[in-house]
Amino acid sequence: MALTGLILFNVANSIAVLVLLSLGLGVIYGMMKIINLAHGEFLMLGAYTTVVSTNAGLNLWVAMLIAAPVAVGLFGLLVERLFIRFLYGRMIDTMLATWGLSLAVIGLITTIFGNTVRGVAAPFGGFAIGGYQTSLYSLFVIAVAAVMAAGLWLVLRFTRFGLIVRATMQNPNMAAALGAPPPQIYMVTFALGSALAGLAGGVLAPVSGVSPVMGSAFIARAFITVLGGGPAIVTGTGLASTLFGGISEVATFLTTPVFGQVALLLAALIMIRILPQGITGRLLRRSL
Amino acid sequence: MTGWASFVAMVAAGLALLFGLPMVFDLFGLLQMTVFVAMAVLALSQGFIWGYGGVMSFGQTAFFGLGGYTYAVAVLNMGDSTVPVLLSVLVPTLFAALLGYFMFYGRISDAYIGVITLTVTVILFNVVNSTAGDFYTIGNAALGGFNGMPSVPPLNVPGDPSSPLDPEQTWYAAMGALILVYVLLRMILASRFGRVVVAIRENETRAQLLGYDTRLYKLVVFAIGGGIAGLGGCLYTNWGSFISPTVFGLAASAQVLIYVLVGGLGTLLGPILGAFGIQYLISLIGTQEAVNANLVLGAILVVFVLLVPQGVVPVVRGLFRRVPNGRRGRVAEAAVVEP
Repeated sequence: MALTGLILFNVANSIAVLVLLSLGLGVIYGMMKIINLAHGEFLMLGAYTTVVSTNAGLNLWVAMLIAAPVAVGLFGLLVERLFIRFLYGRMIDTMLATWGLSLAVIGLITTIFGNTVRGVAAPFGGFAIGGYQTSLYSLFVIAVAAVMAAGLWLVLRFTRFGLIVRATMQNPNMAAALGAPPPQIYMVTFALGSALAGLAGGVLAPVSGVSPVMGSAFIARAFITVLGGGPAIVTGTGLASTLFGGISEVATFLTTPVFGQVALLLAALIMIRILPQGITGRLLRRSL
Repeated sequence: MTGWASFVAMVAAGLALLFGLPMVFDLFGLLQMTVFVAMAVLALSQGFIWGYGGVMSFGQTAFFGLGGYTYAVAVLNMGDSTVPVLLSVLVPTLFAALLGYFMFYGRISDAYIGVITLTVTVILFNVVNSTAGDFYTIGNAALGGFNGMPSVPPLNVPGDPSSPLDPEQTWYAAMGALILVYVLLRMILASRFGRVVVAIRENETRAQLLGYDTRLYKLVVFAIGGGIAGLGGCLYTNWGSFISPTVFGLAASAQVLIYVLVGGLGTLLGPILGAFGIQYLISLIGTQEAVNANLVLGAILVVFVLLVPQGVVPVVRGLFRRVPNGRRGRVAEAAVVEP
């Protein structure tokens, strides 16, 4: 019984981590059809912001939940202005350019902070499920993921900004004709996606080693989740996270974490063969 | 230049380098050129499937690394290097075919193909990285995890394990392989099959309407590219008698794209020159401390995508080939037709 509880908790945690990792990417991809290959580095920058500002004496919660998203959001804004905006509509070129950005950011951070692993101590202690001890921080990660997904959904569904964003997503020309200039919407959305990535990086900093190359550990999962989810940002990412997170956690439990990732990839390959447009490309098409 | 003239000129230049470089360089220089050649083979595979097949593989190093590991495992078990070399081409070809089946028959878009191939590389990296320890041995070969596989036996005279190639002979083997791959690709591109492949790149729907099964053509192109990349991996492993999971790393995958993009998309010469140029640049960066290689490579990639998306070779060709009445369309057209 306790073991089942533990596994369920781990599955939930694994799903939450996937949601955190991929929501920022999903916003940018869903809105602009841009696959941001520097997404892992955006997460990494969020994590570094958290580490650096905590070391500078900032409260961990402020660093994690405010400083990280703001800093990375501003960085995303800068990136969008500097070169993404010249590449709209050229999907492969944006992938290449953001990949170049990813390498450059890794190089820059390595130059500044050195190629070492840093970390911040995870707050809270642990709690017990039956005879098993587990981390209370995981519960916090789950909560943040849930709040993030729900918040994004509420914003997209009920605010004026959300309405404009959805309209631009459906038909940019029509939105422009009605007075919502797509370039501005894209700029804001890119910054929003970056901020979400920064927040995710900050929240995951205590549970993962913070190093210049930490992004590459995350991006494979993030990409698979976003592509598997399909066009609907929140629902798609949520469903794909649930599916892939569940599969990888069960495989991890049965074998090793690495083969958990392999199982995740195989599941994604099979799903792309069956549902090339992602889950929400076929099912629940009108969701958000 | 017409097709035949450029073909003869390229092969002649290749042969001149093959026999000329050992006279010009000392052993160290020649060794460095050998690894450049291995990278050039990898670049050719990427240049072929991307520039001609229009298949956006972001993980060509998956096949490169797979070829390298296949060679290492096989040669440690067999002793004689003849069959391992063949396996190092065959295994990545089959793997590419399998992966290609899921991707092309799923009819996913180019961007998805990029992401899937990238993901495959990342996951191979994680898997091979975790294979440290005695449990992960294949026959006599320990995979070694993140430490890689040291002291892989070198190539030997086919069928005679007791006479391994010395570094100079390895140069001949590597450069010879590069020339062979180039000739093979030129022949493929000149054939009916190659024309269909280019037609699919130009307009996939039109090719389908003309009755070609574009999925199958792309699959075959992808598999050929996988095999060539595997050969490159085999040469690379030979060069250092060593292979480690870093060959699957993201930085390595990006490098290959940079070779092709800088050299010139839609040419065969471009990727080769790109590989030599970028590798030389990396070895220069390696000799100093101030600038990080990733930073430079990333900047190069961004700059080329934004400012010179067609690459160096087509631009230079365009300069030489500008017709008197200045029809700029000729430049792009020439880049499309002639490798």
